[in-house]
Amino acid sequence: MMATSKKILEQEPSEIEMLLPWHAAGTLNTRDARRVEEALARDPELAKQYAVIREEYAETIDLNESLGAPSARAMQKLFAAIDGEPARKPSASFNISAGISGFFARLSPRTLAWSASLGALALLLQAGVIGAVLMKNQNAAFQTASLSTNEPLTRDLSVGAPPPRALVRFAPDARIADITALLDTYQASIIDGAKGGMFRLQFNNRALSKDEFAGLLRKLQGEKIVSLAVAAQ
Amino acid sequence: MQVLYGRHHVRVFRFGLRLVRDEQVAEDLISEVFLDVWRQAGKFEGRSAVSTWLLAITRFKALSALRRRKDVELDDEAANAIEDTSDDPEVTAQKKDTGVALRKCLTALSQDHREIVDLVYYHEKSVEEVAEIVGIPENTVKTRLFYARKKLAELLKAAGVERGWP
Repeated sequence: MMATSKKILEQEPSEIEMLLPWHAAGTLNTRDARRVEEALARDPELAKQYAVIREEYAETIDLNESLGAPSARAMQKLFAAIDGEPARKPSASFNISAGISGFFARLSPRTLAWSASLGALALLLQAGVIGAVLMKNQNAAFQTASLSTNEPLTRDLSVGAPPPRALVRFAPDARIADITALLDTYQASIIDGAKGGMFRLQFNNRALSKDEFAGLLRKLQGEKIVSLAVAAQ
Repeated sequence: MQVLYGRHHVRVFRFGLRLVRDEQVAEDLISEVFLDVWRQAGKFEGRSAVSTWLLAITRFKALSALRRRKDVELDDEAANAIEDTSDDPEVTAQKKDTGVALRKCLTALSQDHREIVDLVYYHEKSVEEVAEIVGIPENTVKTRLFYARKKLAELLKAAGVERGWP
């Protein structure tokens, strides 16, 4: 059987050989990753080349990390330029927030895979909680949706503004136990997810000012298991 | 915008810096990239990851900056530097460290090769995403990275480092 790798580079590289760098970076889909794994297992030359690629991969990361970060000047320049931009119409603002929310809702394949499983679990937990609450509150007596004469014809104005919500992306290595503990700490619950790996959290029983909510988001963003936290509707 | 900037500006800066090789220019690039995002966010359709979109804008602006500077010959100078320093005792000692030599040779790659290596290894972009950022077919992405790696091996060999491939 002909080896998968091409020992003589005058020949065109094989498809598998060309996929090796993406395999090292973990960005292949499941099917291609499996094909590469199988080829690596049966072809020592290919495995040798893969070892070289892993070295390149590590050094490329080292090189880029050594480049440091930009100075505060860049940020100051940006926000000064934004301040100088003409005022936007409401519809434009909406588009911006919708656009930014939209592109936050995209993830790398690895994170997507993780989020999908966590999302399914979170939805099951939510379903369980909702079911338990419904069972607990269910009244044995028959009720219609029509007006009850025992209740006042006024709305409860104390309800006020809806509780604050945020879109949160958890770190790929976050465990369920960590997430549960975080939800407890912030008195938050997952009300939607995981669309593109983002979970919609609602902070229960808390009426927060704009500044308080911004502070809460900053605190949340600082959590080890949170990779992103932004305000949501 | 602050959240978006906070999350992506370092990677945008590093990608831009690897392309333009000038910190001041790379910092200017960041402002331009995020200002464009601010202006055009409504046009973003969410078909790709935000980082892919940002890197595509960064690449476009970096290439425009390079064209303005007419600085393309830097690539050849950097490549020559690898071979010219072979008699330097300090460099000779560094050759023993494959990692150091590799990083030096990664810097010496052409702009086309540098960007594809960085996008795949550092920015962890898939074949499809690299194709979108660079604006080339997916098969070209694969072959370009293969030949970038081959060029890297040649530079390493010229610097006295043999790795057993190719």
